[in-house]
Amino acid sequence: MTAFATTPLLTAEAVVRRYGSLVAVDRVDLRVADGERHALIGPNGAGKTTLLDLIGGATRVDGGRIRFDGRDITRLGPARRARIGIGRIHQRPAVWPSLTAVENVVVAGWHQAGGFRGVRTRARYRRRLREPAMALLDRVGLAGVASTTAAHLSHGERRQLEIAMALAGRPRLLLLDEPAAGLSGVEVHRLAELLAELPRDVSVLLVEHRLDLVYALADTVTVLHDGRLVTSGEPDEIRNAPAVRRAYAEAVR
Amino acid sequence: MTPAARRWLVRAGGVGLLLVAIALPWSVDAYTTSLFARTLVLGLVGVSVALLTGLAGLPTLGQTGPYAAGAYASALVAMHVSSVGVVQVLTGAAAGALFALLTVPLVVYARGVVVLMITLAIGELTVTAAGRWTSVTGGTDGLAGIPAIQPVWGMAPLASDRARYLYTLVVVGVVIAAMVMLLRTPAGLLLRASRDDEARTRASGHRVTGYLAVTFVGAGAVAGIAGSLLITAQQYVSPADFGFDVSALLLLGVVIGGAASIGGAIVGTALVIAVRDWLSGLLPGYAPLLLGGLFVLTAYLFPRGVAGFSTELANLVRSRSRGRTGPGDRPGTGIQGRPSRGEPVGAAPVSSGETR
Repeated sequence: MTAFATTPLLTAEAVVRRYGSLVAVDRVDLRVADGERHALIGPNGAGKTTLLDLIGGATRVDGGRIRFDGRDITRLGPARRARIGIGRIHQRPAVWPSLTAVENVVVAGWHQAGGFRGVRTRARYRRRLREPAMALLDRVGLAGVASTTAAHLSHGERRQLEIAMALAGRPRLLLLDEPAAGLSGVEVHRLAELLAELPRDVSVLLVEHRLDLVYALADTVTVLHDGRLVTSGEPDEIRNAPAVRRAYAEAVR
Repeated sequence: MTPAARRWLVRAGGVGLLLVAIALPWSVDAYTTSLFARTLVLGLVGVSVALLTGLAGLPTLGQTGPYAAGAYASALVAMHVSSVGVVQVLTGAAAGALFALLTVPLVVYARGVVVLMITLAIGELTVTAAGRWTSVTGGTDGLAGIPAIQPVWGMAPLASDRARYLYTLVVVGVVIAAMVMLLRTPAGLLLRASRDDEARTRASGHRVTGYLAVTFVGAGAVAGIAGSLLITAQQYVSPADFGFDVSALLLLGVVIGGAASIGGAIVGTALVIAVRDWLSGLLPGYAPLLLGGLFVLTAYLFPRGVAGFSTELANLVRSRSRGRTGPGDRPGTGIQGRPSRGEPVGAAPVSSGETR
């Protein structure tokens, strides 16, 4: 069905998540191939964010399995999943407000730099953590505010900072939850460039309402509705699929 | 005030306070000097409370536990083993750390007010145990006749209140300098990140519970050292030194001083002890009332305590001129503890999509 027939990096098999009587995610199957850009779309309440939470480990599944890189991660906590290569960007930019921008990136890239071993000497800290962090800030366009406390950054800047933080963790799979939400036109443009420039050894699972962004970026698009998977395919197929139009039309009605 | 000017002012204030602290025993009588020594000791316990409350986000009423463990262990060592200060301080630190290590599983999985209740229980149980375990602690009579301390091997025992005060000042100074240096390393960043947004810190692969456990044990060691200094300062120990009123005063002092500030913790604790000990002499019976008033005033006007005074004042002026009431909401204020479900503090409330 997808353009990527290679071995999947992430496989979700019949995952279920319930909140009381509400089934937020209902037996959804999902495969993300190595290097693939995979978009999740669907009307509000379709369960997209919940599905990302289940994959990132922020919430646990009520049924089904999740495999990452050939390994069953269903029972692993979020910290373990982050260390084996699942990075996450949240719907509301989650940065550490009392740390400066560069400190945010340093803490996020901590484990990639070798944990406590990476900071044993000042020179090592500089070389392994501080300098790469500054380079990442430069890449997302935040070099000028590196020593500003994150609490004093604008929403758009926090979004960029969170992307730098996610990249500092050198993820193999990047979970993006509505990265364009609340950004200005210029900022969205910048974000699209940044995402397009991501190296192909990073796979991306993107939840986004801006369909122009989705169609420009994604190799595969999966449509969710009421917690169920409606269809999955290449952007061109999805754009014209009647099932998709029905899903959105129902949500509007 | 620019940050640089503020930092300069804080540094100048710190040096000034230190000079006053050194000159103090030559300008007041012996009894007042010994009171100051005990204030320093409680200030150090206050620092360990601030470390947990403000930096780790675990508000505690139970630091009297490791404080008592360190005090009794040091007292026993002083009476039966060695009168050398180094030995006693290390014994106190080890006893405090061990106490914290035993209680750490009860604390690090809880957050906020629950921590407050659990640590309160730990503190109360410790006092009860100290009162009942007569063969070791001397029960409610306490342990008296503890020999005078000699700081290092070969030195003469410290016979005067002035010498004991200076010894206490040196040890407190060394411990605080070590703590400040440790918190300035990148490890301090991890602690602040965990307090700011725990879920986010986990999502970056950090073992937050482990960091909190290490901090809790470290704070226990600091409180244990304070316990050994208590033995030096008053040469007597009883369960009354570790009662609930002491825990409450410490937390009050830390909140007044600014929960996230080590310097503020000492100033706040000293202020609270001063109100309790000296003003109660001038206005007998009114000390609790004064403390209560001080607390309400601080909580309302300066949620970041004395240490956050200038920032808060600036915010207050700014927000009043903008027509808002109350001080501006800033991250990491006061005793709020950590947000239990990882809501990012101070994140912009912009969200255009689903939230479930």
